[in-house]
Amino acid sequence: MLKMTHLSKVYRTEVVETYALRDFNIDVNEGEFVAVTGPSGSGKTTFLTIAGLLETFTGGTYHLDGVEVSKLDDNARSRIRNEKIGFIFQAFNLIPDLNVFDNVEVPLRYRGMKAAERKQRIMESLERVGLASRAKHYPAELSGGQQQRVAIARALAGSPRLLLADEPTGNLDTQMARGVMELLEEIHREGATIVMVTHDPELAARAQRNVHVIDGQVVDLAEDPRFHAQVQAGRVNI
Amino acid sequence: MFGYYLDLALRSLRRNPALTGLMVLAIAFGVGASMTTYSVFRAVSGDPIPWKSSRLFVPQIDLFGPTAAAKTSNEPQDLVSYKDALAITRAHRAHFQSAMYNIAPSIDPASPGSRPREVMGHAVQWEFFPMVDAPFVYGHAWSADEDAAHAKVAVISSRLNDRQFKGEDSTGREIILDGKPYRIVGVLDHFTPEPLFYDVANRNFGEPDDVFLPFATAIDAQSTNTGNYNCARSPLEEGFSGTLTAECAWIAVMVQLDSTADATAYRQWLDGYTDGQRQAGRFSWASNNRLRNLPAWLDFKQVAPPDTKVSLLVALGLLVVCMVNTIGLMLAKFMRRSGEIGVRRALGASRLQIAVQFTVEAAVLGFTGGLLGVAMTWIGMTAMRAVLPEDIAALARMDGSLLSLTLCMAVLATVVAGLYPTLRATWVRPALQLKSN
Repeated sequence: MLKMTHLSKVYRTEVVETYALRDFNIDVNEGEFVAVTGPSGSGKTTFLTIAGLLETFTGGTYHLDGVEVSKLDDNARSRIRNEKIGFIFQAFNLIPDLNVFDNVEVPLRYRGMKAAERKQRIMESLERVGLASRAKHYPAELSGGQQQRVAIARALAGSPRLLLADEPTGNLDTQMARGVMELLEEIHREGATIVMVTHDPELAARAQRNVHVIDGQVVDLAEDPRFHAQVQAGRVNI
Repeated sequence: MFGYYLDLALRSLRRNPALTGLMVLAIAFGVGASMTTYSVFRAVSGDPIPWKSSRLFVPQIDLFGPTAAAKTSNEPQDLVSYKDALAITRAHRAHFQSAMYNIAPSIDPASPGSRPREVMGHAVQWEFFPMVDAPFVYGHAWSADEDAAHAKVAVISSRLNDRQFKGEDSTGREIILDGKPYRIVGVLDHFTPEPLFYDVANRNFGEPDDVFLPFATAIDAQSTNTGNYNCARSPLEEGFSGTLTAECAWIAVMVQLDSTADATAYRQWLDGYTDGQRQAGRFSWASNNRLRNLPAWLDFKQVAPPDTKVSLLVALGLLVVCMVNTIGLMLAKFMRRSGEIGVRRALGASRLQIAVQFTVEAAVLGFTGGLLGVAMTWIGMTAMRAVLPEDIAALARMDGSLLSLTLCMAVLATVVAGLYPTLRATWVRPALQLKSN
């Protein structure tokens, strides 16, 4: 489903090159639920933005659903984002001027879907996250947990092949976080591929597989001396 | 998708009424000022007969010689003498030709008890009407035979027909001009060209002509010339008959020449005519003639006052300043929505779709500013009457074309002003926005 090989992302200035990802390799199979963990600044979010085609990469290859994406133009990348990827962000990122219904509708609008089908999909998604009765509410009228559920409904409305979640419970209290996590697990059980970046060891433990990133590389925790050094320095959560 | 973008644009404009109001005001002010001055400029500089103006010519003859011509950059007089007017028109070297002069006869009122009033008009020859494509609502022009017979006939304007005959078909009926009866043969259908292109040497703008009489008939009736009258020296004979024999310029001539070859041949004939006059001892100087077509003639006569051009430039400058302000305000408005742009990009919007969304928003803003701009243009026109000469200011009218032009101008200017803010919106990096939120 998602395969990165020797992928690198370099930020260059006139005097310095900074590697956000270096020789990054990952292979996520269809239907997997993978948690990506690592310390702050390790490159987790950079990986997620490249995986979601929101950023380009400097070297290596990236195949998404069998398509090598490095040569695609903006239109093609946007179309893939719209049709194959669903995003769930830590900050929910709902559009404050749009009500719940209209927020969930956004990706469907860009797909050029007819109004009747849009409405059906929106209501199905909202029912799935338990918020069909709040369709006319605005984000400011909802709790954090409810907003994240709307964001999940928005991600699900387009029936994406891949769900990318960046700290999906980071802004929620424990009870709300549990609810959101249970929802993600349910979605996974129904066949979705989920890649979730998280700091939370409890959440990571609920994924099928954990991938650890340190200094822009995927590492095997047992064998990597950098991990042990960082554990000793108290910089690693897992 | 356009409806969706329109809905988003309206939501966005409602979101921050103060900022939206500022932008709308800036656009309206700039558009209103430029359209107010443009309305005058358009009226005074427009081609009054675009379909044939290049085929209408004004011949000029140097009546006064090089000493007088030196004072006017060697330009001959705008008008010709009665003798030359007759010679030019009788030679019949053009497709159509007409001599003409200004008259202002007194007309007897339609209802008893009212007082006679003066009406503006021209004494012209029958070819005048087909030459200027004058439209008739009733009847037609008088004939060549009636011209030759010095018939007491008249063509009147629809305005005068409304006043005298309540708009009915008045052909065959009589009007009394300066105490003499004239039979109406035709009623013009709103023939009010601006400028009054057939006689700009005397009158550019102002009251339109209400009555046209045959040239020869008006001469017979000794209808006074109310236009310009310039002589090299005093007429030898007193009174109206003296004006007919004097070397005085007071008659306008216009001819229709349908091709460049015709114009060249006509110019040669005109030079030949004045050479003949010199050889006959009338002129002691070489031919100094001109033959300008109507656009060149209107330009030469500076029918569009230079200050209206300056005003237009100043107003356009003001529009640019207003639009620069709008660019700044739009940039601030669009950049405040970086988060939304990031979300939309993540959810599948391409850069082009973002650009279209914000361009539609700019267009809606421009349209709103245009609506207010129409009101400001109307206010500007009212205010302009206080600073411009009355006849010029009266030309500025809010008609359908000015209304559409104002709205189009507002939309276009705002869309152009929105190009940079829109471009910046498409440059937003979604990854940064989504993380920072």
